Amino acid sequence: MAAPLHSITEPQPTQTGPKTLTGSQVIWEALANEGVKTVFGYPGGAIMPAYDALTDYPNVRHILVRHEQGASHMADGFARASGKVGVCIATSGPGATNLVTGIANAMMDSIPMVAITGQVGSHLIGSDAFQEVDITGITLPITKHNFLVTKAADIGPTIRKAFYIAASGRPGPVLVDITKDAQQASTEYRYDASPVRMPGYRPERQPMPAEIERAVEMIKSAKRPIIFSGHGIIKANATAALLEFVHKTGIPVAQTLLGLGGFPATHERSLGMMGMHGEAWVNKAIQEADLIIALGMRFDDRVTGNLKTYAPNAKKIHVELDPAEINKNVKVDLPLLGDVREILRLLTPHVDGVNVTEWTQQIEHSKGDSAVREITNLPDNGRLFAAHVIHDLWRYTDGKALVVTDVGQHQMWEAQYYKHDHPRKLLTSGGAGTMGFALPAAMGARFACPDDQIWVIAGDGGFQMTACELATCAQEGIKVNIAIINNGYLGMVRQWQQFFYGGRYVATPIKSPDFVKLAEAHGLKGLRVTQRDQVKAAVEAAQASPDTCIVDFRVEQEDSVYPMVPAGADLDNMIRRPKPVAEAHNPIFEIGKDK
Amino acid sequence: MSPSFFPSPPTHTFIAYVEDQPGVLNRVTSLFRRRGYNIVSLNVGRTNQDGVSRMTMVVEADDDKAVRIQANLYKMVNVLSVEDITNKANVSRDLVLIKVKSGPEKRSEILQLCEVFRARFIDVHPETLIVEVTGTQDKIDGLVAMLAPFGILEMVQTGTVAMTRGARGDAAEAVQPAPNLKSVAVAS
Repeated sequence: MAAPLHSITEPQPTQTGPKTLTGSQVIWEALANEGVKTVFGYPGGAIMPAYDALTDYPNVRHILVRHEQGASHMADGFARASGKVGVCIATSGPGATNLVTGIANAMMDSIPMVAITGQVGSHLIGSDAFQEVDITGITLPITKHNFLVTKAADIGPTIRKAFYIAASGRPGPVLVDITKDAQQASTEYRYDASPVRMPGYRPERQPMPAEIERAVEMIKSAKRPIIFSGHGIIKANATAALLEFVHKTGIPVAQTLLGLGGFPATHERSLGMMGMHGEAWVNKAIQEADLIIALGMRFDDRVTGNLKTYAPNAKKIHVELDPAEINKNVKVDLPLLGDVREILRLLTPHVDGVNVTEWTQQIEHSKGDSAVREITNLPDNGRLFAAHVIHDLWRYTDGKALVVTDVGQHQMWEAQYYKHDHPRKLLTSGGAGTMGFALPAAMGARFACPDDQIWVIAGDGGFQMTACELATCAQEGIKVNIAIINNGYLGMVRQWQQFFYGGRYVATPIKSPDFVKLAEAHGLKGLRVTQRDQVKAAVEAAQASPDTCIVDFRVEQEDSVYPMVPAGADLDNMIRRPKPVAEAHNPIFEIGKDK
Repeated sequence: MSPSFFPSPPTHTFIAYVEDQPGVLNRVTSLFRRRGYNIVSLNVGRTNQDGVSRMTMVVEADDDKAVRIQANLYKMVNVLSVEDITNKANVSRDLVLIKVKSGPEKRSEILQLCEVFRARFIDVHPETLIVEVTGTQDKIDGLVAMLAPFGILEMVQTGTVAMTRGARGDAAEAVQPAPNLKSVAVAS
């Protein structure tokens, strides 16, 4: 039976008078003062003083991971699901470097995270001491900021700054490296709740009234406008503001991968995901649009395809918090710098009289029956297709699960077939594309959403990268459901080999352990599904199990994700699903303009 | 700086005030490396204000890139302010030391040349001279061209230091909130 998980409550009452504490105690006091209830970590020599002090802070729950990468992904998953700062902790040297992938992943997707690492004693720094690495140097380009703390007195103020930097403006990971002697020394600590002042850090921005006016004019005069809803909508909690804007204007909404859930997928104005594996009608609409209103997204290359031919007819309004994103990939006509929710609230009252009836009819026409064709074209003769599994998962969870995906084919199928109507219910590694993300991120999300039904969807390859965290699930009583989309290949790479490398499957066939037995070896539950008519029972059994449950879905081995815009190709130049699929033994790919 | 010295690619000159702390220079240069911006010259030094250093950076960039460089620098926690002074009235100077081969018979000839360039001797040796000159890059190039026939043994040049002309602009302003960058982005 799963141990009770902590509930998110108000931060601890803060200390008033100064107290004399060790640096180690200050770490936990400072974390508690920032409202931290759970940290994910792994002990070791240089962080042992901090771990020793943890016994004085029973209100902070420590989750012992099996590999520090898991700790950083758990902190990331917690942050994505809660909107709060996730915390991971590791020792110096290899402990710190094992966090690196998770930190880079958080940086790419702008996730608020604080990573605390132990460092060798300050007198040993630079001497190549045992387990010494220059972790602030290593993480310089993959953190929003980082600190090396060598004095106990600096620990408290630095942790406060770290939380402020991580969560404010465009969020991101912050690493605090604390030397062992700083942890051991004594200092006076007093929590200072006043706003953090850093003269060089000013994340807030506001657009000028004239720019808002210009945006309103552009929106009113557009005939074929389209909204891009990105990750920023979710981070800024702007879903309601976006819905209001769309209800008023009727402008259709395309989403980025990380933006899924920021606007309800089942809303009549929702087009679905754009980009490399976006549906054809979405990318076609983008190429035909005369105005793009990009909200909290950054025109990633997986979204745009060939920049030279991208959205050639569209004027572009870019609502963005980070000025460094303006004109980085796509040249825009009007940047609006600031919080996307505030900007939507400024725009909505003024955007009267937008008529998009003809335009939405045009999109509907090009959409035709293709939304349902993709899934109905898969032969439902008892064989198991990943698309079916995910479609059924959506049905049998009433579309309400918190889904955490890994990276690869299953991730794209999830994005296509699991319709997310609520923000923060799809967690996925977008920018970095980190395989192994799903299981630990879902475990972290469990502490943000104790009552949610959580489903990990992972491939057989990615799952094995962090499968060691199953032991953490068992030890800490963390309940998640795990759907392994098991096709015996590193599927997305196999698909690229099939399309672009002459079908030479180099290093993509992958042999996996018996996942059912693997679950059982951990004292967890395992199920296997080989036919579609078994999916429902398996989903229900997994949900009913008090323990983490793996469902090993043995799916069609050489299925591919369609449609696909080859990397760098024009956005409307798509590889479509061969028709009919029943004759797919001799696949013919329609490559060409989708017009 | 004379635009003619860098016919291609174009360069932009930035002035940044940064916190005088270990690692800040590394953070700034790491940004340039990470984003693939080529630094033509970089000069760092303390200012009259305690705890504040000033950088002058000359970077290969067109106008679009320059806006993004400025925005990326501005984002850094230790960067107090950043300004692109390329298109503002400014003075910019480099300092160069040149060791020239010169016996006593050539000294007066070199001295005359140096006077034209307002350069001066700062060390005299029976076989060599060290010449110091301050100025813009084209002036320095001119002197180098004139001294080359005598035989330049060694030469060292600082990075460019630059300052806008006129009344405003001081380290004291650096710790004040900088003007909103957005206007820069819109102007592009």
